[in-house]
Amino acid sequence: MSALAQPTRSVRARALPGMLAYIALAALATAAAFLAPVDDYILHILIETATYAIAVFGLTVVLGLCGQINLAQAAFFGFGAYAVGLGTVDLHLNFWVAILLGGVLVAVLGALLGLTTLRLGGHYLAMVTISFQQIVTLVLTNWIAVTHGPDGVASIGRPLFFTSSHAYLALCVLILALVGTLVWRLPQTRLGRAMRAVRDNELAASVAGIDTYKTKVAAFALCAVLGGLGGSLFAGGFAYVSPDQFSFSESIVFLTMVLLGGAASPIGALIGTTLLIVLPETLRFLKDRPGEYLAIYGLAVILIIRFMPDGMWGFIKSLAAAWMRAPPFTEPAPELMLAPAASSATDVLDVENLAKYFGGLKAVDGVTFHIKRGGVHALIGPNGSGKTTTLNVLSGLYTPSAGKILLDGRDLTALAPHARTAAGLGRTFQNIRLFRSMTALENVVIGAERPGGPAYKSGDELILHARAALAFVGLEARAQDLVTSFSYGHQRLIEIARALAGNPTLLLLDEPAAGLNSTEKHELRDLLKRIAAKGLTILIIDHDMTLVADVAEQITVLNFGKRIADGRAADVLRQPDVIAAYLGSEPDAPAHA
Amino acid sequence: MDLALQLLFTGFGIGAVYALVALGFVLIFRATNVVNFAQGEFSMVAAYLMVVCAVDLELPYWLSFLIALAGMALLGIVFNLGVYYPLRNRSFLPVIIATIGASIFLSNAVLALYGPQPQALQGWFDTPGIQAGPVYLDSQYLLIIGVTLLLVLFQYWFFEHTLLGKKMQATSQDKEMASLLGIKVSSMIMLTFVYSAVLGGIAGILVAPVLFVSIQMGSTIALKAFAATIIGGFGDVTGAIIGGLALGIIETFGAAYISVPYKDGFAFLVLIAFLVFRPQGLFGERVAEKA
Repeated sequence: MSALAQPTRSVRARALPGMLAYIALAALATAAAFLAPVDDYILHILIETATYAIAVFGLTVVLGLCGQINLAQAAFFGFGAYAVGLGTVDLHLNFWVAILLGGVLVAVLGALLGLTTLRLGGHYLAMVTISFQQIVTLVLTNWIAVTHGPDGVASIGRPLFFTSSHAYLALCVLILALVGTLVWRLPQTRLGRAMRAVRDNELAASVAGIDTYKTKVAAFALCAVLGGLGGSLFAGGFAYVSPDQFSFSESIVFLTMVLLGGAASPIGALIGTTLLIVLPETLRFLKDRPGEYLAIYGLAVILIIRFMPDGMWGFIKSLAAAWMRAPPFTEPAPELMLAPAASSATDVLDVENLAKYFGGLKAVDGVTFHIKRGGVHALIGPNGSGKTTTLNVLSGLYTPSAGKILLDGRDLTALAPHARTAAGLGRTFQNIRLFRSMTALENVVIGAERPGGPAYKSGDELILHARAALAFVGLEARAQDLVTSFSYGHQRLIEIARALAGNPTLLLLDEPAAGLNSTEKHELRDLLKRIAAKGLTILIIDHDMTLVADVAEQITVLNFGKRIADGRAADVLRQPDVIAAYLGSEPDAPAHA
Repeated sequence: MDLALQLLFTGFGIGAVYALVALGFVLIFRATNVVNFAQGEFSMVAAYLMVVCAVDLELPYWLSFLIALAGMALLGIVFNLGVYYPLRNRSFLPVIIATIGASIFLSNAVLALYGPQPQALQGWFDTPGIQAGPVYLDSQYLLIIGVTLLLVLFQYWFFEHTLLGKKMQATSQDKEMASLLGIKVSSMIMLTFVYSAVLGGIAGILVAPVLFVSIQMGSTIALKAFAATIIGGFGDVTGAIIGGLALGIIETFGAAYISVPYKDGFAFLVLIAFLVFRPQGLFGERVAEKA
């Protein structure tokens, strides 16, 4: 089991029986498939279910985990099927060699398709995958010399030892169980957490150090491979493949399966697949009239999305949520270790002539400031002075129009947000951006896994570190609660813990006091002082002058995108033009009406 | 050269149909931030309504046209209430999936009601066309180009010079602000769906005599129209029109000079090329999320 599912030794001891039970169940299912006294018709339905389910697992990964859409799963399924069909029949390859070649081909195609479109987001992906699906159907039908055209490929063989339908079904069930385990565990691995983070909040994921683009491409390629594997086994099971089995409407069938069962878990995929293969078999009369059958599918998609957004398994799970809670931790969380990288330079961050223009608007206009190592530096200014824009340019969400950003002497100006985080920049957002489907602990674990951050010897150590960060902000007792169940103020603290867990060189806080009540503000002030006491450098933006005056040693003041003051806090706050920027006039001069 | 001119004319006509459907895409996208994957089915349903009225019931062509458009307006309302409105506060993914469901439902419901045989629909004019020098101008293509031009002009006038058009624009730019100014946002969105359905319907009726009326015509047209919006720049009205015309021409030339069976594949290749080299399209700006 992976780190998060069983963070401590005691939990691992409890998870072991679950694992054994799963292995026993999988073995039992395989044996049952082999021995069950059923006729060929039933066997074929079961083979169809098992092979489709493997392809639907692919959609669990891409849609359920990563939140990306793929409307060409039938095309990938078809590639796998044709690889086995053409490979074994025309090229006389071994069955397993053909599956392997098909897998490689599909992985490459999936990655290529993802590489070209995933940078652009949802709508493009949906339409491009539909286009891809249509092209594949066109090629399968028209490239007769290779694909045999509409006639398809017949008399596809099965591998040695698995030629009987019973044995072949057993093989499919075994592979289904293996793939199911992988997909089941994926969410608790580093890659799986990254996928969930991308799905929940792509921007926050990139700032937490996740390469969102790579993560999406990986999810897409994995989905394609599972589609191909399912298709390869399908071809062996049915001995015949033709283009119409892998058309766009089949992609919709796959999509309906994953949505009906619940996209978040392979169990949902299995439920959806079984229902949608077995039910239509029992309602065969619907297939008599062309159109009726798929019209019902289309209607089902609309109704499921509206009334059962998490699918059947999601519904069952929500009923069972009470006793599916993770067990509490038994050992106390350790003290949080913050060890900002040691460096001889006195400045942590150098901002040189930074500018950001939006068309003609000069939001930030040639700002220069330096942040000294250790302590709290505040960036203040009236509304619209360019503070948040500066922060967004610093963390890489905006590309600067001019200027340079150096962290510990290293030039970050050209880096993507996740690369800046890897270089040691942590940040929080003014409007909280947590991964909303995850627990507090999972959110912080993602922060702790920052590339270039602390190294962990084991998954347990990673969890301990994340718990320490949560304990530091005072929320360790509720580590396993969903972040959405926390109050606004506590969600802010979780966001700070997420950034702290990555042990950043510099922590950027975007209006952390906004929306907090006075007690929470006091707690925040104490927290900032405790962070600073650990030697971490903070750059804070806030409107609360009491807080700023309390915690900041250095202050930079912006107005209309330009720096109007910079220096020791007490000095800056006394400068007449700073007061004027805030109050609209010189303190002694009469205000202009 | 004569062939090229002839192809240019045909491509322009087909491209005009793509442009009309693309306009429907863009209008709904701007109003709701969601791509309506059933946009092509609007064209298909309208063409079938036309077949039912003009061929089966033998009603006059103009009356059939009006009935079909009224049917599309109704479909726009039902679509908005049944598919978009209940999901309006969810993220875009559930909404696109629901519109895909609607697309599957519409095309297969028509299939179940009308059967798989493609239907023929005659053109508006009795004269098949006129010979202009080396180019034969098919009357239906002339009609398509003319109507598209009129609709584009109408749309410009409507959005720039009428209060209702400005309210709809305001809604698409900032819903919250629009509602604070007393604009009924839900009515504006409803109106957008109605207009887009009618627009798609007109495109379907215009193109029906050129192609056959079939279940697949919707998804084929929608795919091309979507490619057109990407080529032109996502969400840009001028871009959608130019992209549609360009795609019609590319496709016609591709079919004539390269391959007929793969005709429907050229749109995809052009789409991929744009995604790789110029994802913002001809007129668009780069899409970026606000921090």
